[in-house]
Amino acid sequence: MDSVKSDIKLTDDIFERVGIDEEYSEHLDKPSITYWADVWRRFKENKLAIFGLVLLIVVIGTIFLGPTIAGKDYQYIDASIKDQKPSAEHWFGTDDMGRDIFTRVCYGGRVSILIGLLCTVVMFFIGSILGAIAGLKGGWVDNLIMRIVEIIGNLPYLVIVIILTIVMGRSIFSLVFAMSITSWVGTTRMVRGQILQLKEQDYIEAATALGASTGRIIMRHLIPNTLGIIMVDITMSIPGFIFGEAFLSYVGLGVRPPQTSWGALASAGQQKLMFYPHELFFPCLMIVLTTLSFHLIGDGLSDALDPKLRK
Amino acid sequence: MQNSNNKEVLVEVRGLKKYFKVKRKKFVKAVDNVSFNIYKGETLGIVGESGCGKTTCGKTILGLYKATSGEVIFDGTNVHSLKPKDKIDFTKRAQIIFQDPYSSLNPRMTVGDIIGEGIDIHKLYKNKKREEKIFELLYTVGLNKEHINRFPHEFSGGQRQRIGIARALAIEPDFIVCDEPISALDVSIQAQIVNLLMRLQREKNLTYLFIAHDLSMVKYISDRVGVMYLGNLVELTTSEKLYDNPLHPYTQALLSSIPIPDPEEEKNKERIPIHGEIPSAIDPPLGCRFVTRCKFAKEVCKKDMPEFREVDKEHFVACHRV
Repeated sequence: MDSVKSDIKLTDDIFERVGIDEEYSEHLDKPSITYWADVWRRFKENKLAIFGLVLLIVVIGTIFLGPTIAGKDYQYIDASIKDQKPSAEHWFGTDDMGRDIFTRVCYGGRVSILIGLLCTVVMFFIGSILGAIAGLKGGWVDNLIMRIVEIIGNLPYLVIVIILTIVMGRSIFSLVFAMSITSWVGTTRMVRGQILQLKEQDYIEAATALGASTGRIIMRHLIPNTLGIIMVDITMSIPGFIFGEAFLSYVGLGVRPPQTSWGALASAGQQKLMFYPHELFFPCLMIVLTTLSFHLIGDGLSDALDPKLRK
Repeated sequence: MQNSNNKEVLVEVRGLKKYFKVKRKKFVKAVDNVSFNIYKGETLGIVGESGCGKTTCGKTILGLYKATSGEVIFDGTNVHSLKPKDKIDFTKRAQIIFQDPYSSLNPRMTVGDIIGEGIDIHKLYKNKKREEKIFELLYTVGLNKEHINRFPHEFSGGQRQRIGIARALAIEPDFIVCDEPISALDVSIQAQIVNLLMRLQREKNLTYLFIAHDLSMVKYISDRVGVMYLGNLVELTTSEKLYDNPLHPYTQALLSSIPIPDPEEEKNKERIPIHGEIPSAIDPPLGCRFVTRCKFAKEVCKKDMPEFREVDKEHFVACHRV
């Protein structure tokens, strides 16, 4: 353009040769991020998943701090204030024995979530160890494990649980035992499938050719590559166990009073649904919020872990 | 290089068989009675069409597959009857480079850890020395210091193959099985990788078993070439002899299929077509494996398996006609 015409003449001597720095040519300003940092970055972008995570923190915070803030005892019976509506004094109202429902929901939540976590841990350990052995060893070991899996998987879950709770009595332990003994088969199948698929990868063969031991192959190659899918499975199973516990407590096979859980509270509230709906509503609300948050997190995780969705 | 009589044998393969069970009493005879030597410092090329057992042969030599029968003698010891401790020592001397640069690198490990894996397993170097060694290896294969903390997905196919080569070199082996290391790469990158492999061979005095199906590339890199068909070695000789004077009809047909980069010559050259499909390796033909597709096939070819014999100096062939 005419307006920027300048008097400077371009001559050779005003240019200087800069050259390129070989060492620097491949330099990236952006730091290389690890797999898990990348997962977290994608997880953060998912608003629903973050909402689920916040919701879960709020629910768990309420369960553990709530009783201290409210200052009530979950076993304290006061016949003069039975079946009250929610108020400033009793946030979720009171039940038919005058016990504070908010405090009971918090205590019940501890039991429900504890059962959910315990069952998941047991399921994960049995399931992934047996699945890994079946996938890696193959042959008759694989056959044996998979036949056991099929037998347990085909027995009616409810029958096993009912029989076990009857035989072992009603307690947290028998609930956890009954639910985890029937649930590990799914994890076993999934982990076995993953291991079978990974086993064929060349990098496993490369590690064998380098002289890696079986233990090293499992720790360095197989576990890191299955962990993502296992994590999604874990977050998706916790709400299943919370539901399972609620259901069993609802039909009267759950924890024994005075201990309580969300299922037991809902069961008690259901009898007075017509007159005092809040006694059923609050325990159910907590169950819904918790399972919703786990599902949202699980969905977010499975999206974040899937490299094909990488943008 | 040409006089093989005073060359030292590094790998001796004797009657190697590898069958895979598919059904009760049904076996895929992937490698069926193969014998050859690999001399120290040479490159032995193995060619053949897909499914002829090249890769299985290479992996069985390394002990990645258990041999059905036969033996592989590596520098005086049988690879298939090693004690666990000796097996580790063997893995330090024999390595493999894979065909697929995408599945041969663990996506969860950094390049530094991938290359350093062998160093860690054999406890060769630690901390600072380990890092220096990995830098040196990256430089050797034409990569950069900067790459050490990156992940495989951040690289192109050619770069990944270089990482695979660096991993194999990390423990300073004597013998490397190159399992079609260039067939998954772009043509321009193929030349780079082959030149890199040849340079490394000169510098580090390596011995290669180079598996490929690209005949012109094999001619370029190999001292001797073996041709496989349906689990059998049908011809084995120096690359000059093989390309100038192929004796087995299958080799002749293969060589006639190499395109010549001159349209006139390409149009007029004599082509020896092979008809039909490769027979199943489960029930291979009784006599000569090639009998179903060979235009010179006679009665004797259907009944007797031709012996793999030396017809000329350093020229082995399995054919009744020769």
